[in-house]
Parts: sequence; C-alpha cells; structure tokens
Amino acid sequence: MNFDPRFSGRKFASVGTRPIRPDGVDKVTGRARYGADFNMAGQLVGRVLRSPHAHAIIRKIDTSKAEALSGVKAVITAADLPDLTDGDAAMYDILDNCMARTKALYDGHAVAAVAAIDARTARQALKLIEVDYEVLPHVTDVDEAMAHHAPLINDTIFTEGLEQKPAKASNVTKRSQFGHGDVHQGFGAADFIVERSFKTEQTHQGYIEPHACVANVSTDGTADLWVCTQGHFVYRQHCAQLLGMEASKLRVTSSEIGGGFGGKTHVWAEPVALALSRKAGRPVKLVMTRDEVFRASGPTSATSIDVKIGARKDGTITAAEATLRYSAGPYAGSWAEIGAMTAFACYKLDNVKTVGYEVLVNRPKTAAYRAPSAPMAAFAVESAVDELAKEIGIDPVEFRIRNAAQEGTRSSYGPVYGPIGIGPTLEAVKNHAHMKAPLKANQGRGMACGFWFNFGGQTCVDLNIGMDGSVSLAVGTVDVGGSRASLSLVAAEELGIDYTQLKAVVADTSSLGYNDMTDGSRGTFSSSMATISAARNAIKILRERAAQMWDISVDDVVWEQGHAVAKGEKHGNLGKLSLKEIAAKSGTTGGPIAGHSELVADGAGVSFATHICDVEVDPETGSTRVIRYTVVQDAGKAVHPTYVEGQYQGGAAQGIGWALNEEYIYGKDGRLQNAGFLDYRIPVCSDLPMIDTQILEIPNPNHPYGVRGVGETSIVPPLAAIANAVSNAAGVRMTHIPMSPPRILAAIEAEREG
Amino acid sequence: MAGVAVSTTINGDAVEYLCQPDEPLLDVLRDRLGLTGAKEGCGTGDCGACSIILDDRLVCSCLVLGAEAEGRRIETVEGMAHGDRLHPLQQKFLEHAALQCGICTPGFLIAAKDLLAKNPDPTEEEIRFGLAGNLCRCTGYDKIVRAVQDAAIVMKGA
Repeated sequence: MNFDPRFSGRKFASVGTRPIRPDGVDKVTGRARYGADFNMAGQLVGRVLRSPHAHAIIRKIDTSKAEALSGVKAVITAADLPDLTDGDAAMYDILDNCMARTKALYDGHAVAAVAAIDARTARQALKLIEVDYEVLPHVTDVDEAMAHHAPLINDTIFTEGLEQKPAKASNVTKRSQFGHGDVHQGFGAADFIVERSFKTEQTHQGYIEPHACVANVSTDGTADLWVCTQGHFVYRQHCAQLLGMEASKLRVTSSEIGGGFGGKTHVWAEPVALALSRKAGRPVKLVMTRDEVFRASGPTSATSIDVKIGARKDGTITAAEATLRYSAGPYAGSWAEIGAMTAFACYKLDNVKTVGYEVLVNRPKTAAYRAPSAPMAAFAVESAVDELAKEIGIDPVEFRIRNAAQEGTRSSYGPVYGPIGIGPTLEAVKNHAHMKAPLKANQGRGMACGFWFNFGGQTCVDLNIGMDGSVSLAVGTVDVGGSRASLSLVAAEELGIDYTQLKAVVADTSSLGYNDMTDGSRGTFSSSMATISAARNAIKILRERAAQMWDISVDDVVWEQGHAVAKGEKHGNLGKLSLKEIAAKSGTTGGPIAGHSELVADGAGVSFATHICDVEVDPETGSTRVIRYTVVQDAGKAVHPTYVEGQYQGGAAQGIGWALNEEYIYGKDGRLQNAGFLDYRIPVCSDLPMIDTQILEIPNPNHPYGVRGVGETSIVPPLAAIANAVSNAAGVRMTHIPMSPPRILAAIEAEREG
Repeated sequence: MAGVAVSTTINGDAVEYLCQPDEPLLDVLRDRLGLTGAKEGCGTGDCGACSIILDDRLVCSCLVLGAEAEGRRIETVEGMAHGDRLHPLQQKFLEHAALQCGICTPGFLIAAKDLLAKNPDPTEEEIRFGLAGNLCRCTGYDKIVRAVQDAAIVMKGA
C-alpha cells in the first residue's frame, strides 16, 4: 500500500496535547549522557594542536619530541589522514578543515593531534610539537577580501557563475542570481526609493555543550563512534570516507546533544579521534575546549548587503534589488546563495533581483546556524522596508500586508507558493495588544517578517510492538529539542493508543536505515511523516492478525481508536480486539508485529513569522534593553505546542543576542580576540523579558497532519525587528549588527552632528 | 606527581578520593567519581553548567580544586531527588518544558535550589538575576523562570 502524505484534516486526540517528554527525567536528574559523559575502558585523551596564525604555509611539523614523551600513545598530522576524497571538492575541504594539509587557513585551524594516557600528558605533548610556519598576509573582512589587492586564500579558485571564466583567481568563489521581471523598469515606476547598505558581524551558534566524541577503532577494521551530533548517519558517511572505511563497519551512536543549531552538522574532531584511535590501538576521547569551539567550529557568515526597494505612493512595491556578500571562511559554501534566495521571499513582487557572492576569508569554515543566511538578509530587507513605509507615510504593518506573498505568488527565488502564513502572521500582529501598548521616553517599537524554506529529506523509522502491547519507536533524526515527545504523540495518534504506552529512541547507525541529519527544521516534519507511515504499516498487520484470530476476511477489519473492529452485520457479535490483545497472540499468529517506513519526506511547507519588539535605548550609554517581545509564527500543526513555543522563544533569544551583543572580534594579527563566553556574551536570564508567542496553524497540504518545520524561522525576524525598534527609539537608522552600545552611541552622535 | 587524598561528603555520602593538586573539582566529580550530572560548558566559570553547592554556597565546580573539597559538603544534581520522588524544581522543569537540549539543566536546577533556599519568595527580577550566571542557549529562559516561580509556590506550601 502506497503511503499518502496529503493533509487529511483529521480530528486529533494526542497531537496538540502537552505531555512530559520521554527523555525528561534523565535530563533533570543528571542521568542523561551527552557527548563527554561516555567513557570506555583503556580510553586515551585526545588533544588538538591549532594554528596561532590566520594564514600560513606549514613548512614542516616535527612530532618526534612529543612521540618520545612517556604516556603519549599516538601523534598524528595530515599525513595520517591521506586524501581519499577522489576529486570530491566538498569532502576535500572537510578533510583539510579537520587537519590542515599544506596551509593553516585561520587562527585555530588544526595542524596536529595527540592521544595520551591523561589530559596533562596530552597538553604537555602538544607543547613539544614543533611547527615551522611561513606566515602569509591574511584577510578577515568580507569586503576587504573582495578587493583586488586582497591576499589570495586559495589560488585555484576562479569565480563560478560569471558569463566568462575569469582570468585571475579570486576570493569570490561563486556569484548566484535570483529573481524575475525587470527591476530597472520597476524602479522607473516608483514614487519612492530607499537604498541602503548594511553589515552584520560573524556570530557563533553558542551551544553550551562543546563538541565531544569517543572513537574506538578495532584492528579488524571496524569502529565505534560515540558523538554529539545532529546527524550520526551523515557523520558515519563522512568519517568512513575520510578514513577509508566501509560505512557499515563504522557504528555511530548519537549521544544526547547539548545544543547544535546547525553547528553540529559538520565533522571536525571525529575523523581526528578515529585516526588517533587507529594509530594508538585504543579508544580515544576527544572533547573540545570552549576556546576551540569558538576558534575552530562553525560560525555564521559575516555579511555586507546593499538593498534598493521602490514603491508607488499607494504602497505597492514596484521593484526590489539586493547584492549580498557572505563570508564562507576559507572554503567554498552556499551561504550568499541562500541569503539571495530568502531575502525577498516574504513579498509579492513583479520585479525582483538578488545577487549573492560567496567570499573566502581567513576565519573558521562557516557552518549552518538556524535558518542559515536568512537572518542577515532579512535584517537588510526588513530595515529598508520599514524605512520605505516611513517615507511613503504608511504604517509599516499595513505596508507589509499590502505587499505580502500569497498562495499562488511566484516567490522571489522561483517556486510558486501553496497556502502560506505570511499574511495571517501580519494580520495577527496588526491585531495584537502588543502593537497598541503605550511606549515611554527613549523606547521604540519595531516589527519585521521572516521566511525559511524548511527541508524534508531521507527518513527511516521502525515501529515495533512488544508482546505486552507496548510500542518501541526507533527514529534516526537526532532529538535536538523534544522530537521524541512529538514523534511519540504522532505514533500514539495514529495507533490510537496512549502516549505513555510508547517509548521513542534515537537508533544508532547500525540499527536503522539512513537518515539525513536534523537540520532544515526537518526533525518532526520528516520523522513524523515516516512514523505515520510506519504506524499505518503496523496497523495493516494488526488488522491481518485480528482477522486471523476471528477467522474472518481482513477486508472486514478496520482500525479504530487502538482497536481492531469487525465491520458488517455478519460480524456483529465479535466485539473488538485491543492492540494489546492482538500483540499478546502474535507468537501464534505470525510472529513479531512491526511497521517500517523508508521515505523521502517531500513537501516541507515553507514557514513565515512576524515578530514585534519594544526596546529602551539609553541615550547616554547606547545600552539597549529589550522590554517586550512577541513571536507570531505559522506551525502548520503544533504537535506538542509547548515545545513549539520553546522553539519560537529560543530563536528569538538567539536573535536578540545577535542583534545587540554577539560578534567575533579579530585583531589586526588575524587572531580571534573573544573566544570565550565572558567576551562573546550571549544573552543571560537577566537580559531578557518573557517572550510571548502566538502559534498559527495553516496546514501544510503535503503532510498528513499539516505539520511544517518550526525550529528555524524564529531567528529570521529578530535582527530586523530589533533594528527597527532601536532605530525608532534612537531616532537614527541602524545599519550595522550587532547594535552594541558604542555603535549606537556613534550613530546617535553622527545624527546630532548632521 | 603525588595525588592529594581528600575526604569529603557528596550528596550526604562520605566519599574519599585521590586527585592531582591542580585538578578541578569538576574533573574529579566527572572523571574520578562518575558523577557526570555537572557539565563542562566552558571551564572558565562563565556558563554555570558545572554548578554545585559547596557548604551552602553556589559555585562553579570548574573553578574549585578537588583538593579544596576536604572536609566539606557537596551537593550535585544527582542528589536532588529523594529516591523516585523528584525535587519540586525537577518536576516543574519537566511540566513547564524548561529544557530543550538539557545540557544546562543540572546547573540551573542547582542554582535555582540555592536561590530558593536563600529567597523562598523571589520576584521575577530576583529569579532572573539569581540565575544570570547560568547560560541557556535553547529556551530564551522564559519557561525556566516560570518553572522556578511555580516550584517556589509548591515549596512554600510544602
């Protein structure tokens, strides 16, 4: 029977309730095991030596003194990770990022690693490794890296996406373009045009758990890897390829994950730990320090964006254009491309054009961070939209409502939208009490919209029914924030049983088919689709078994509220059989009862949000406080509403940090100056107000329950919403994120001086 | 280097261990005693994930030496529940979904326990400042503050 993923509009019994999560007790009692909480007998401690230079040729590495130190069991360099990538450029970049091969490309780039009997010996050994560097000129700023005189980071890179292949190598890896219509003509029809340039600084995902893994390579060529990751199946593939193993010989178990937000979608330490274990012949535990997390693991892009938007007096946008430059670290990425796709996705535009440039800089390899690339583009566009509304003299919410994309709108990045939530979120904001609340002196209100695609992807689920009638649900998408609860609700809904009758686990890579990682807000969307499919397959078997027990045709058996029910007058006296009763007889009716599902979850519904923010700016110090914040977002269907609210609040809080405080600060020497939570300050409890949420449910037609991804969109509007609020409070347009006190003061003073 | 012999009390139990003179208490708890409830988020006292209570005082165990625990009383998240009965804070964190990834949760529970011991009836602002030494990147703190408020009500009634 083919699985039908279309929205069915059913009435829910379990979905939409708010039970306690199945992994909750372990997490409040300290029993849950995260990356660094696992140990193996005979385990060694791994440590990584990192480049202190932003850009340097590695002439020679002498490890002999470190190897001679008592207690050191293995020392590795790039020579121990030979290039097996076979022309796969993206995998080569991952390999080079795990361990620098010929050049160190950023402050913090790994150049060697040791495994020793304890941390003290490992630290000592690192000091004994002698690296001969030839320091090269470096560049860390995205605009400077595009200049003609900029130091070249990779002389084999010639900008892709130009009409002709350029004659000279460049730090710009790719140009991408999106849009339709004729923007030149559109601007000609405009009565008002706003044109502005914006910058955003590089931020880090800031997960509280540093990267951690334990690798154990056996002499028979098999291996186990315990690791905190958003995607253990992807880690297995990458590690197996880089180590020259068959994927099935490497069993990867995902630990509980202490935050990822996109930052745990890439291997860094894992191939190094496996190579150390292979060389030492013992298990190796490798845990990054916080300093290493900042210097070497995935920050966002820093950006420089130009926006031009034109509109008629009646408030209709006639043309919109943006040029977006995104830093990628020292390796190619698709960050500007994504920014260029999302920039104008909220609006219905006849004439729109966006151009993105991927730019290499001597900073860590850019990694995904919650709706990667979208918040910066939204900051630039939504700031310009606000300014344009002001120039025309229209209320900013009304202006956005007039131009909002609708079902049937051709999006700025190509596809035509199905049913979408941008209009409803704006209407909800327009009518929200927050918009009418009075403001005091030095306070300002801002609002902004945001868009994210949401992804689906490859997904596999096993649902096994025990002989006692309890149900085991094995999923392969790592649970980053409550998906075991939401998936249990979905299985309970479909089977018609109680939530507590189920136990959901994240299976290891040897126990379940391949799953893409938990990214793109796909965890609950795609795994719930596979869970529904698996449950329906199990129900088919349950019906067959019931038919067998009753000795009637399976066509006369339906599944209702957790029971097989015989239909038809001739079966009137058969009553019903519970899942438990059928399971108890499974040994004599054909054996274990299970439902499996393997699918590609297509049709992830796009997601929109609109946020409202009130701030108070101290004109003496430039310090800003967020005093009220409201998130309105379309969830499609909120499976576990409390955790949906949590996603909304968490994304908003991260956005607040990004907007006001967080930034990577590099010195002239190209070294990161604030690689710690003291100097890279993420919001603390006393910085924030309560964050109000409003969940809208505009069903996704491509999911049986109407579910859309909810995890990422919430970080898209905050930069712009807060910038609009600060601009309104301070009386000057803010164009540089983060809006730290010195930047706000400088803007206020510049405005005063005219 | 010779180890330092330490006798201390952890969650009411007498415990003895040997540690290096420069070894943080957090490493002793996690690596020597298997008490991995306290987490290392930074190792520099900035994140609060390793919070414990040492003689009625809230500390980051990454900033205390294992040798300093001699003759003192340590409380960790592993000691909060009584048998199978959760502490009201633990129960309210579950009910309010005050955790997403959960890595900061042990530190928040310990910090909140210390806060309510000293101030059983805190205002929202007092809770926010009382927990400002603990970083959470998932929740935006909203549900954590509500869980602590709710637990305070339950504990006053107890």
